[in-house]
Amino acid sequence: MNVHHGRVVGVNGNLVTAEFEQPVKQNEVTYVCIGDLRLKSELIRIRGRYAEMQVFEDTSGLRAGDAVEFTGELLSAELGPGLLGQVYDGLQNPLPQLAEECGFFLQRGRYLPALDRTRKWSFTPVATNGATVRSGDTLGTIPEGIFQHRVMVPFGLAGPLTVASIAHAGEVTVESVVARLRDAAGEERDVRVMQRWPVKVPIRAYQERLRPSEPLITKVRIVDTFFPVARGGTYCIPGPFGAGKTVLQQITSRNADVDIVIVAACGERAGEVVETLREFPELTDPRTGRSLMERTLIICNTSSMPVAAREASVYLGVTVAEYYRQMGLNVLLLADSTSRWAQALREVSGRLEEIPGEEAFPAYLESVIAAFYERGGVVRLRDGATGSVTIGGTVSPAGAKFEEPVTQATLKVVGAFHGLSRERSDARRYPAIHPLESWSKYASVVPSADVEHGRRMLRRGNDVGQMMKVVGEEGTSLDDFVVFLAAEYLDASYLQQDAYHDVDAATPAERQAHVYARIHGILRTPMKFPDKDAARRFFQRLTQATNDWNRTPWASPEFAAAERKIDAMVGEVAAVQVKQ
Amino acid sequence: MNTVYTKVEQIVGNVITVNASDVGYRELAQVTSTLGTSLAQVIRLEGGRVFLQVFAGSRGIATDAQVRFLGHPMQVPFSEALLGRIFTGSGVPRDAGPTLDHGMIEIAGPSVNPSKRIIPRRMVRTGIPMIDVFNTLVESQKLPIFSVAGEPYNPLLARIALQAEVDVIVLGGMGLKHDDYLFFRDTLEQQGSLSRTVMFVHTASDPVVECLMVPDLALAVAEKFALEKKRVLVLLTDMTNFSDALKEIAITMEQIPSNRGYPGDLYSQLAARYEKAVDFDAAGSITILAVTTMPGDDVTHPVPDNTGYITEGQFYLRNGRIEPFGSLSRLKQFVNGRTRDDHRTLMNVMIQIYAACKESREKRSMGFRMSAWDKKLLDYGDKFESGMMDLTVNIPLEQALELGWRILADCFEPAETGISTKLIDKFWPKGDRTQAPAATPAPVPVAAATR
Ligand SMILES: Nc1ncnc2c1ncn2[C@@H]1O[C@H](COP(=O)(O)OP(=O)(O)OP(=O)(O)O)[C@@H](O)[C@H]1O
Ligand SMILES: [Mg+2]
Repeated sequence: MNVHHGRVVGVNGNLVTAEFEQPVKQNEVTYVCIGDLRLKSELIRIRGRYAEMQVFEDTSGLRAGDAVEFTGELLSAELGPGLLGQVYDGLQNPLPQLAEECGFFLQRGRYLPALDRTRKWSFTPVATNGATVRSGDTLGTIPEGIFQHRVMVPFGLAGPLTVASIAHAGEVTVESVVARLRDAAGEERDVRVMQRWPVKVPIRAYQERLRPSEPLITKVRIVDTFFPVARGGTYCIPGPFGAGKTVLQQITSRNADVDIVIVAACGERAGEVVETLREFPELTDPRTGRSLMERTLIICNTSSMPVAAREASVYLGVTVAEYYRQMGLNVLLLADSTSRWAQALREVSGRLEEIPGEEAFPAYLESVIAAFYERGGVVRLRDGATGSVTIGGTVSPAGAKFEEPVTQATLKVVGAFHGLSRERSDARRYPAIHPLESWSKYASVVPSADVEHGRRMLRRGNDVGQMMKVVGEEGTSLDDFVVFLAAEYLDASYLQQDAYHDVDAATPAERQAHVYARIHGILRTPMKFPDKDAARRFFQRLTQATNDWNRTPWASPEFAAAERKIDAMVGEVAAVQVKQ
Repeated sequence: MNTVYTKVEQIVGNVITVNASDVGYRELAQVTSTLGTSLAQVIRLEGGRVFLQVFAGSRGIATDAQVRFLGHPMQVPFSEALLGRIFTGSGVPRDAGPTLDHGMIEIAGPSVNPSKRIIPRRMVRTGIPMIDVFNTLVESQKLPIFSVAGEPYNPLLARIALQAEVDVIVLGGMGLKHDDYLFFRDTLEQQGSLSRTVMFVHTASDPVVECLMVPDLALAVAEKFALEKKRVLVLLTDMTNFSDALKEIAITMEQIPSNRGYPGDLYSQLAARYEKAVDFDAAGSITILAVTTMPGDDVTHPVPDNTGYITEGQFYLRNGRIEPFGSLSRLKQFVNGRTRDDHRTLMNVMIQIYAACKESREKRSMGFRMSAWDKKLLDYGDKFESGMMDLTVNIPLEQALELGWRILADCFEPAETGISTKLIDKFWPKGDRTQAPAATPAPVPVAAATR
């Protein structure tokens, strides 16, 4: 479609109405012009001769009569080598390069290409002349950091195609033509290294979708053991402010056992992104020995950046995730916070004067959230390899109430729920995931019967704790009191984890299996104590010893020694031995 | 450009409508009516109609009032001459000084490119142990004081401002009681700090629209100073009044409210202001300390709730004290690892024991028996509250840490605290109960209002 123009007739915040003459398209990209400034926008409603657009920038100074440029293209991402390690805004502008051009402040109307046009890459052909290919098939590869980046048949091309020509091995840029493909009608077209894809449309160039079955190890014990996440699964982290959503995502972005992590900072604090931005280049990825930044992409549309681009930022994130999934990689997308995106939808909906739903969110909120999480999944590609996109989103419920619409809409569609509780974060019981309210539909790294037993212990301990608040310690039987202490022990020495300790911060799966088996064994050991004080003292010492154990390096002599110490302590109070 | 329009089509709330062309969104206009001239800002364009929000309110505006568009958005003068001056929410002098009209800068400018920010690393010393020891304030932090009405939040703000080692103080007052405005002015003057202060003050009796402008004016000026390598402290009191002004205007504009009447963009509106807090790479910084009064002491009320999601922690002011529970400085870990090697441990241990003390108090109030351990905890709680929590205490961090050790030593055996032997050996006070170090009097007495 050709670029054509319209005229501004109304401005209400970032909602601009324009009059047009030639055909326009829902969700096409438009540019609203203030003199030389072209402000990127998206057409979101058409009524008669009027197009309504959400502008991704501040609209100050816009006048009635100003020009609007209709591009006919949907909002798209640039996909190609060089995405990893980048820091983009929600519209895929590289922020460090923008800073070089514009200095301290973001300037509206300044857009830069997402991928460096001059950088040289080394291309190796895979497809051969005359071969039949389909969208998503590999034409050639390019080493990108630790990965073999696949140059693929554009996802938008339909039907079987014939390779009319393919480039030899050699240096290319993202704009180089590396192949010519011929369709059934005999028409030929060039394929470049880089392709563009509309961010709101899922990439479907795969054989089939599979059920998520493999665990995604986050190295957070309460997650992997009690509320696991699966590769290709989806999960959410709702919680009141300050409960630890961002910290949990930050440690997951470091430690998760996946190939690529995409961090979408959506409408939250800029300072938090700066931490990742400044620290990741210094940190090494234990899997590869290379900088963590090489497997990370940061999309950063923080709270004071244009509100309308929040939505674009999460879609950009999931589109890039799907792109790398097409290369047979496991990708984790972390979105913080999906509530800010929902609020952006609400702002636009309000300006459009749509009939509001609960808490003024638009009626389509649920379906939008569902469609977003549906983009997570494991797929089998046509070459037999599998790839996955796992999505973890935080939710920031208004008034800390999980009954609110965004939390509820999210809970309906995700596979795991990590609910953070104010009580636990106030008590500094980190990570503050509530062990009785959270759930997961995925498989744990330890046998499920053992996990169930642990859960029962926690529930019983909680019941006794509640009762004790009424009748006091005096009114509680010794047996009940021991149940309470044992549950507290499981909580303190396994569920809680020190995010800032080198060893304790990340517990690999085997270690979790080993440690949980031991703790579970302790919980099943009948114990005898002369009185409550003795029981309390024992569990205090045991907790201390287990926490020390958690801080010893895995499979080290210290680890073994700490374990023996715990065994000995338990041996002293085990009911069988005290019998005599 | 400066065509004068004299036909007001509609007046609803503080918003008037005229038919005009070639008017920019957010442009300013002067509206002249029988009661004088007021600034107004374009808040909507629709067909040929222009909606203007009149700063002084619409009272007395006639349908033939003169509307003259100025061709630019809201601006504020910027120069060294601002220091020591006091302005209204329209940017008009409130003091006897001259009108400033050179070096005009636009307010509510674009946000800082995140890649130009740096991880903050300097502590802001306040002399208040509950802040310095337990919830350290960090340069470039944005932090509100959550408080119910009647608490001494303004004296607390003034005190922090006076003791903080900053180059420039910018005060934004919104819905300020006239007495409180005078209190700030006089206190800063008496302590010789007025000459490094700029004040933008909207008092409770001023037009509500002006209230909305105050944070933007204050922050635009702060940003300029910060770019000139100044360390700037911005005080905003009270952001709940600002939010209520937003609410009032949203409702007159017939926007659909999201929560208890507040507009759906409350989060974005507050964030746009708070996110101006910054530590610039190779320039100065902006630290924002705000007051958020909590209607009905309810932290889930939309204003404190949205604020908590934006700021980097909060101080709870209750019964004239900064509560250790609920108060949080999310940036403290950037600085408290480099103050003194006992800082973090003492911070954690003292709070943990205080939490245990609260449990003992609860048990006591329910009539359960107090063990010897309970009694120790109760004793500790009293000493902690009077020695550390009391806002009249005014001592530097190092003295506060010493005092912390002394309180622990007065109440416990070293092993009972769970502190590592290494630190005990180094810091546990030898000798017997010593006198608490003498405190310097606080520059501003902060006492709970009597109720
Ligand atoms: N696992 C943890 N270990 C230690 N401290 C933690 C942990 N999680 C959170 N905290 C503490 O809580 C503070 C707030 O955590 P975080 O920023 O993750 O909250 P949040 O839930 O993302 O809040 P918001 O919704 O306001 O963004 C942190 O700055 C840190 O002091
Ligand atoms: Mg967060």
